[in-house]
Amino acid sequence: MPERILITGATLPSGERADLLLAEGTIAEMGSVADAAGATVVDADGLIALPGLVDLHTHLREPGYEQSETVLTGTQAAAAGGFTAVFAMANTFPVADTAGVVEQEMSLGRAAGYATVQPIGAVTVGLKGEQLAELGAMARSRANVRVFSDDGFCVSDPLLMRRALEYVKAFDGVIAQHAQEPRLTEGAQMNEGALSGELGLAGWPAVAEESIIARDVLLTEHVGSRLHVCHVSTAGSVEVIRWAKARGIDVTAEVTPHHLLLTEDLATSYDPRFKVNPPLRRAEDVEALRTALADGTIDIVATDHAPHPVEAKESEWQAAANGMVGLESALSVVHAAVVETGLMDWADVARVMSDAPARIGRLHGHGEAIAVGAAPGLTLYDPAAASEFDLRRLAGRSANSPYLGRRLPGRVVATFHGGYATFLDGAVRPHEEVARNAAAAWGVERG
Amino acid sequence: MRHLLSTRELDREAAIALLDVAEDMAAVQEREVKKLPTLRGKTVVNLFFEDSTRTRISFEAAAKRLSADVINFSAKGSSVSKGESLKDTAQTLQAMGADGVVIRHHASGAPHTLATSGWIDAGVVNAGDGTHEHPTQALLDAFTIRSRLHGAASRGRGLDGVRVLIVGDILHSRVARSNVWLLTTLGAEVELVAPPTLVPVDMTAWPARVGYDLDDALAARPDVVMMLRIQAERMHAAFFPNSREYARTWGLDDARFDRLPPTTMVMHPGPMNRGLEIAARAADSPQSTVREQVANGVSVRMAALYLLLSGERGEA
Amino acid sequence: MARAVLNQADITRALTRISHEILESNRGSSDLVLLGIPTRGVALARRIAETLARIEPDAPPALAGSLDVTMYRDDLGRTRTRTPAPTEVPPGGIDGKTVVLVDDVLYSGRTIRAAFDALADLGRARAVRLAVLVDRGHREFPIRADFVGKNLPSSTRERINVRLAEIDGDDSVTIGGGEG
Repeated sequence: MPERILITGATLPSGERADLLLAEGTIAEMGSVADAAGATVVDADGLIALPGLVDLHTHLREPGYEQSETVLTGTQAAAAGGFTAVFAMANTFPVADTAGVVEQEMSLGRAAGYATVQPIGAVTVGLKGEQLAELGAMARSRANVRVFSDDGFCVSDPLLMRRALEYVKAFDGVIAQHAQEPRLTEGAQMNEGALSGELGLAGWPAVAEESIIARDVLLTEHVGSRLHVCHVSTAGSVEVIRWAKARGIDVTAEVTPHHLLLTEDLATSYDPRFKVNPPLRRAEDVEALRTALADGTIDIVATDHAPHPVEAKESEWQAAANGMVGLESALSVVHAAVVETGLMDWADVARVMSDAPARIGRLHGHGEAIAVGAAPGLTLYDPAAASEFDLRRLAGRSANSPYLGRRLPGRVVATFHGGYATFLDGAVRPHEEVARNAAAAWGVERG
Repeated sequence: MRHLLSTRELDREAAIALLDVAEDMAAVQEREVKKLPTLRGKTVVNLFFEDSTRTRISFEAAAKRLSADVINFSAKGSSVSKGESLKDTAQTLQAMGADGVVIRHHASGAPHTLATSGWIDAGVVNAGDGTHEHPTQALLDAFTIRSRLHGAASRGRGLDGVRVLIVGDILHSRVARSNVWLLTTLGAEVELVAPPTLVPVDMTAWPARVGYDLDDALAARPDVVMMLRIQAERMHAAFFPNSREYARTWGLDDARFDRLPPTTMVMHPGPMNRGLEIAARAADSPQSTVREQVANGVSVRMAALYLLLSGERGEA
Repeated sequence: MARAVLNQADITRALTRISHEILESNRGSSDLVLLGIPTRGVALARRIAETLARIEPDAPPALAGSLDVTMYRDDLGRTRTRTPAPTEVPPGGIDGKTVVLVDDVLYSGRTIRAAFDALADLGRARAVRLAVLVDRGHREFPIRADFVGKNLPSSTRERINVRLAEIDGDDSVTIGGGEG
């Protein structure tokens, strides 16, 4: 039987202060808790309590690329960032394009115990864009896959995209598209614009993203399916999505923390930490993305956490891998980008980082508002702490964070998953303890 | 000067100072004894990840005439082509005690990465990186223009009011980029003419006018016409239909050359595609500076190596 | 505080005397090349050449030029980067000529050592002489000036400051204490 945890004096997203008692696999009591004998007390005075964060876009790298990340280290990074669930992208080796691989992924997540690992299935076999993967088998598997994505690659063949959108209707699935027209982005190294011309780096034009999104929302409308757009990065994409939503098309969209904060001029240093796909864009794009997140055009923040080993980034820009780790820094970056700027409040943050991603991914037991009877997944965040982001904040296997050395607001203080702590007082809890608690907790919850 | 990575980082004073040192080096090239003892005991590595015999021998001559020891490190057929990283290569050079590294690389920014990574202490000279910059080429072009205009009275002068027309593949040209920054820093007016497909999409930050009509631009009687090399593979990527159409529309053919005033200099960074971007008559005319450019290349590179490798390490 | 050592009249007098000494030792001004070491040595070499022409107006004029030694120095990695100056050898070169090197201050002798190397790359002089406005001692090489304007024993901590009208607007030599 896992311990009972009493969180005292937390500030809820609504702004109210409350004590919270986590017991028996649920939020057992809330408000002013009188009877908490034997409970571990966590003083949350001055801390914001958010429902456990859900990341719809995580690269856990296992199986196949364990030098970058494993399910264990990736979910430890998730815990350090306040996440209690991550959707694991399919670009592993072997690719998550069969029921076997997605079930393995899920089992690894259970064994780790730091967060719920919900596998994403590949849309096409081997992410090759040629032939549909066994979407139905993955949906019916124990992994219960509902989100399908070739992320890293665009499903660029319009006919294949149409078929995928149609096919997933059978099980309420969604296609999460990596919108990148491949011919328009051959050899692309950074955002195409004035700066790419000066730096002599091949450009990644905004239209290569926007044209795919435009095509896909029209296809989605035509076949009456559901589309999710990964890592929206341009002001033009925002306009297309806004138009599609107004038209009633069932499209959702995500933005990464880095596209909400960082701009293309960081490429001037040729420092590969800032190389990412889609690339960092102009300040105007960042502004449009923030506005779109605040007004609901963009539904969620998703990290696109993309760990890489040191050697993949210690090179000339062109040879370096795309991607940044993002789980550990996500909440602070969102805080800086949209909360400090007054565009959103903490209830909005709970919506875009917990509730909405869980809904889009059809993930149960996550994203529920903090209330008696809700799942005991919580994040305690200290909004007053501001510090230079450093290596000690990184809990995953890789350190390719663009924020190292940058001052960021706030800090995750504790993460509770299934009623037990995965991260407490700024440290990831030991795996032995977490695994033991996980076994007990899921035993209680799932009988 | 710690490194020479880009002409953007040169202010007018520094650029003129370098060109003036190059004048002294050029004077040495006219003596019987062409060698100076200046860099005796220093090691200069020519690190070439891309073939370029011309640029390599120009740097090699420059280093040797300053008495430096020269090591040529060609990436072709070496461990580099077998996947060794730039970092490992750099650390090898560091262990060998390289004082200066002249790097030619297919990736834009690679010299910048080498200079700022901390992998190596040596001064870094960019000998052409991807589609970014080729600063010594621009310096030798500026030197050549200045010499033609001012002769022995060149020292201390910029290129104020000189009108330079650069024609060709601006999008992929490191020569064009380095020249645009340097020539305008020195006071020249630069105009670029190219097919619209071979111009970066957003040129608002470039201190140069951009046009598509070569005949219009030539009618304005520029002081200098610089023709860029057009690479055959561009045709296959649909930048223009074929070489005939390119030559007809954007080549300096005989008819266009004949319309130029006899004072207009004709420049080309080499190697030339005769009959494509430049007609043989223009290339071989007295107005052509092509051979001077080669000779001046050595002087300018001697100046760059001197400024880089003399002085205390770590000096700004 | 800087203390005046030579004023304008003193400098002119010293250069006139040096000019006479050069004529005497060279037995006239034929085959004489005066090479000033930049920056102030060049101005001094020109003044000496003019003085020689005044003293012996009928003789073939002595030729003045400049010899930059920057690229021959042995301390390039030890000090900040020096900007070289032009070397201008008068027409006819130095082969078979008597070359008088002219500098403002003779100190360690390293500049003159570098000048020998620079000279050797230009040709083969019949003889090389050295004229300096001030000799302040502290030689680090077996080098001695043939013609000296003024011997000025100094401490290594003192700074000798030579000003010439062509470059600085007026003529003076001062000596200052403390760190230079």
